[in-house]
Amino acid sequence: MVSAAPFGALFGALAVDNGFSVFDAVFMSATVYAGASQMVGLELFGHNVQPWLIILSIFAVNFRHILYSASIARHIRHFSGVQKFFVFFLLVDPQYAETEKRAERGEPVTFAWYLGFGLVIYLPWQLMTLLGAIFGQMIGDPKAIGLDVLLPIYFMGLVLGFRKRDNWLPVVAVSSLASIAAMHFVGSPWHVSIGAIAGIVLAAYLPLSKRHEEPVTLEHEV
Amino acid sequence: MDNSEHMQLIYVILAAAVATFLTRIGGYVMITQMKRIPPRMEAALNAVPAAVLSTLVAPAFLSGGWDVAVAMLVALVIGLRFSSLWMLLAGWLVVMAIRHVVI
Repeated sequence: MVSAAPFGALFGALAVDNGFSVFDAVFMSATVYAGASQMVGLELFGHNVQPWLIILSIFAVNFRHILYSASIARHIRHFSGVQKFFVFFLLVDPQYAETEKRAERGEPVTFAWYLGFGLVIYLPWQLMTLLGAIFGQMIGDPKAIGLDVLLPIYFMGLVLGFRKRDNWLPVVAVSSLASIAAMHFVGSPWHVSIGAIAGIVLAAYLPLSKRHEEPVTLEHEV
Repeated sequence: MDNSEHMQLIYVILAAAVATFLTRIGGYVMITQMKRIPPRMEAALNAVPAAVLSTLVAPAFLSGGWDVAVAMLVALVIGLRFSSLWMLLAGWLVVMAIRHVVI
């Protein structure tokens, strides 16, 4: 939760740097509420990538949440429909981890506890986005304070975070090379879709691994 | 960003919020209905994040200038052992050092 705060501010500052208004930045944090995918969204939007690919990418980056919601289902069966809506809306990585830990300790997962813990993450995320966006507006030249280097490094960190997945290295290598080639021969923004599709098609055709229970991984961000 | 672009951004954000919510409710719906995703589709979906994100990293490495390339290499080495916060800090320090001290 504490480690997520700098990323909220980073998102706000980079969003403004990518042409978002302060309102847009906070609006995205408040509605999407999933840090890594928000960064992906603003980068793709800055490149004028086609909307369907932006939305698919955000969906894909957040795909791990499917595992979380499947896994916490057994703890929240007794909640009402409206309560479940809030449960799923607030289901970020630390929230999932804490819910599982609490259930494991044998303590009841009540709606009051869940909502309380959720707001303690949700509200600071909005506040940090706002502060970062206001700060971002005051920056004249993002290069002079080294802001331009942060987004590619952040994405590199995300790529590394997936390195335990099947066929990670071939997918990364093929997508990287295809995107560079597409950038050169076709141009931006097509390098994103062409590079991504190359890696995805490769993954679909490579031999499937034997184990099929996907391990639920915990990432330390919102 | 002009007005129509701005409206498009708002729509994309709203669609992204719906897509994100679907991932958060999807597992619950699937587990209560007990349906399975075909294995090859699952393998393809598993590869989407690394595939998309790689296309955001690789071109930046080539087109961002040599200072950005050096910073990214240092961050990559750091990232093999430490969290992404340390990667960002190391990469930022390298690029600031090159821009304000070396040049």
